[in-house]
Amino acid sequence: MKVLTHKQELCTGCLDCEVACSQTYFKTSDRTYSAIRIIENNKTYRARKCTQCGECINMCTANAIYRDRNGVVRIDKKKCVGCLGCVGYCSELVMFYADDQEVPFKCIACNVCSKACPTGALEVLVSQVKEI
Amino acid sequence: MGTILKEYKYTPAKIVHGYSGKSLYINLSDLRIEEKVVTEFMKEKFTGGKGFDLWYLWNAVTPETRWNSPENEIVMSVGPLGGITQYSGTGKTLVASISPLTDIPIDSNAGGYFGPLLKFSGWDAFEIQGKAEKDIIIFIDGNNGLIEIKEAEEYPEDSHVLAEQLTREYAEDEDDMVNVSVVSSGSAAKHSLMGLLNFSFYDPRRKTVRFKQAARGGLGTILRDKKIKALVVKYKGITPNLNNAADLATINKVGVKYHKQMHDLDSKQNKMRQIGTANTVMIMSQYDLLPTRNFQTGGDPEVVKIAPEVFINEWLTQGLHDGCWYGCTMACAKCADHFLLTSGPYAGERVTVDGPEYECVAGLGANLGIFDPQAILEENFYCDTYGIDLISYATTVAFIMECYEREQIGPDHTGGLELRFGNASASLELMHQMSRGEGFGKLAGLGIRKLKKIFVEEFGADADLLEDIGMEVKGLEYAEYAHKESLAQQGGFALATKGPQHDEAWLIFMDMVNKQIPTFEDKANALYYFPMFRTWFGLVGLCKLPWNDIVPSDNYKTSEPAKVPEHVQNYVDIFNAVTGEDIDKDDLILQSERVYQFQRVFSVRMGKGERKDDYPPYRSLGPVSAEEYLSRKELYDKQLRDFQGLDPEKMSLDEKIAKLRAYREDQYEQLMDAVYRRRGWTMNGIPTPERLKEIGMDLPMLLEVVEPKQ
Repeated sequence: MKVLTHKQELCTGCLDCEVACSQTYFKTSDRTYSAIRIIENNKTYRARKCTQCGECINMCTANAIYRDRNGVVRIDKKKCVGCLGCVGYCSELVMFYADDQEVPFKCIACNVCSKACPTGALEVLVSQVKEI
Repeated sequence: MGTILKEYKYTPAKIVHGYSGKSLYINLSDLRIEEKVVTEFMKEKFTGGKGFDLWYLWNAVTPETRWNSPENEIVMSVGPLGGITQYSGTGKTLVASISPLTDIPIDSNAGGYFGPLLKFSGWDAFEIQGKAEKDIIIFIDGNNGLIEIKEAEEYPEDSHVLAEQLTREYAEDEDDMVNVSVVSSGSAAKHSLMGLLNFSFYDPRRKTVRFKQAARGGLGTILRDKKIKALVVKYKGITPNLNNAADLATINKVGVKYHKQMHDLDSKQNKMRQIGTANTVMIMSQYDLLPTRNFQTGGDPEVVKIAPEVFINEWLTQGLHDGCWYGCTMACAKCADHFLLTSGPYAGERVTVDGPEYECVAGLGANLGIFDPQAILEENFYCDTYGIDLISYATTVAFIMECYEREQIGPDHTGGLELRFGNASASLELMHQMSRGEGFGKLAGLGIRKLKKIFVEEFGADADLLEDIGMEVKGLEYAEYAHKESLAQQGGFALATKGPQHDEAWLIFMDMVNKQIPTFEDKANALYYFPMFRTWFGLVGLCKLPWNDIVPSDNYKTSEPAKVPEHVQNYVDIFNAVTGEDIDKDDLILQSERVYQFQRVFSVRMGKGERKDDYPPYRSLGPVSAEEYLSRKELYDKQLRDFQGLDPEKMSLDEKIAKLRAYREDQYEQLMDAVYRRRGWTMNGIPTPERLKEIGMDLPMLLEVVEPKQ
């Protein structure tokens, strides 16, 4: 299973990851469109991003969320009806939405942010565990 | 399959701020299909949903119309908020007609996909008048703007077979099945007066058709009398803002906040996601509210056998989404998968049983003295697929069983069926007879009011006893809550416009447990506010459950926790965000009262909306029999002492029962007076012209009905 990991000790809070994410998928540097959010707490930085736990799969009211062959939890945009149930229901608060988007968005462990990270704090790991 | 009798092409209207602005009219007698304009007057006075239903129904019928008159209509509407996907419980279709059980307007609502897909096909409301010559199906294709009426003689009747067949017939492929919804009834509907409507939705995870029911008042009986086998709608392309809401951002914000509450609190509160409405069975029994053996008592030690945990652990599939419309994270539409049937025409088959809801476990279980989860699920399945309202069925059979136990009727009358409490196989056989239109089952399908007359006049039963124990008002059977110790709920049931259904008011905890409404004025205020507030769900297309089956964690700190103020504000915000209007919580009640008073006047117009029609059977108010009195002797003795200054030690049991009865009947009279005053009615229960004027409903058509009765 592919999952994005974050090393707090290396993170400087530069937010290059957020910009890389929102630029790639929504062509904007507005961080509210990023699927990774860096949260500062007294000069330390925590990353909010999907753990690929899959809690949202069975609760999806349109049966639109699935795990792909790499173990990444994904939204089928053709099936999603934008109910945002998964946004409220995500224990990690890492399912995001924007009012001008028809469907929510999440981290799909694509590596864009880790490539943009100047300190190597972000890395997509491939876990041997098929499902959590 | 089936010859096309009529084809009609139309241009689907674009929905603006929750309304398409068009309604569909079909007359089956002459196969006429017409489009009507939804006027600003209709929106202002009736809002939508049940309001539109009742408006069209009023204009279709006369005071002489009965359920099977050709001019009687089935009207359905989803309301302006119906179909939004961002909040829980937004797919309710409201249905109204003149009921075969009550002869007055009945309204009933169902989840499932039909209503939202109907609106997205361009129709705010749908009227069906007249009668077809042979069985037909009406198909609405919302993508292509096509309506077809076709012959349907060769289609099966029972819903679980019929809806599955139609869904597969009208869907292009597996992915398309979620875009089809079917309304149907079943084989028992044409042989009884308690037929229901099943509203389907396709469950893509289980790959089967599932149902929610508009069950009350015999709507399925009317459907089959019109020779309608099914209504089918198809609309592909559900997206987040098909309602073209004025302010989607607000709906998103309120919706996400609500979904988060559901995630954080449901497992600590009602467990709706695990067991649905049946979560309350043990609590009801503990508080003496679970109707047991025809409402004689409010619980039983055997209830543990049908407790929520039994269904969760042994019968109901856990962890799969169970919502009956998109966006419902409450997801209370539970089901038992791969359930093996042991009786009837489908014995040996494995089926999906939708439910059991609370009413099912309480009604088909405790109220019949049946404490067997497997039997309850089998009864649940057959009620649904045969098209029988399980509430009317359960309350009727509970009445029959008590008549049998008290030897008012016997095996000679029942065709040998031993209809004693606890006899599940006899109950199932009765259902199968109802489906075949045979034997005592056919008689049972008439409902309690007609059975009382038959048992007395033809079987020689005791008329007074049957009046006391037959749990119906206005001809409709009671929903499944024992309520002898809650005066407010006695009114909540018997003063309900359409008959004793709990969707108007459920005040038992406020009244009996929390003692928040001690005086007649307090109770009358509650019997004003809550019926009005609950009416509103039916105007806009929403489900009531997400309002108070989960509450914010700080709700208890608010000034009126029973109202759940945060959720009321959610509804105000969503209404404004969809429609672009600017209402507040008081306007919401005004919208409701307009329709509430309209429905009361409508009932008066049909001959049943006066004080004489608002009296409950004594079983609702207090102990009829010696056994009932003795089951709570300490409580009743104490009440004789405290409230009437009597000494129970010096009284016979019969005297005690009589004195308690006189007291309780007087209390009920005083409650009626207080409620009538609060609702702006005369002491005979007729809305006054002054009250109608205050709420902007002094329409000539209403004044014509109420003025002669002032």
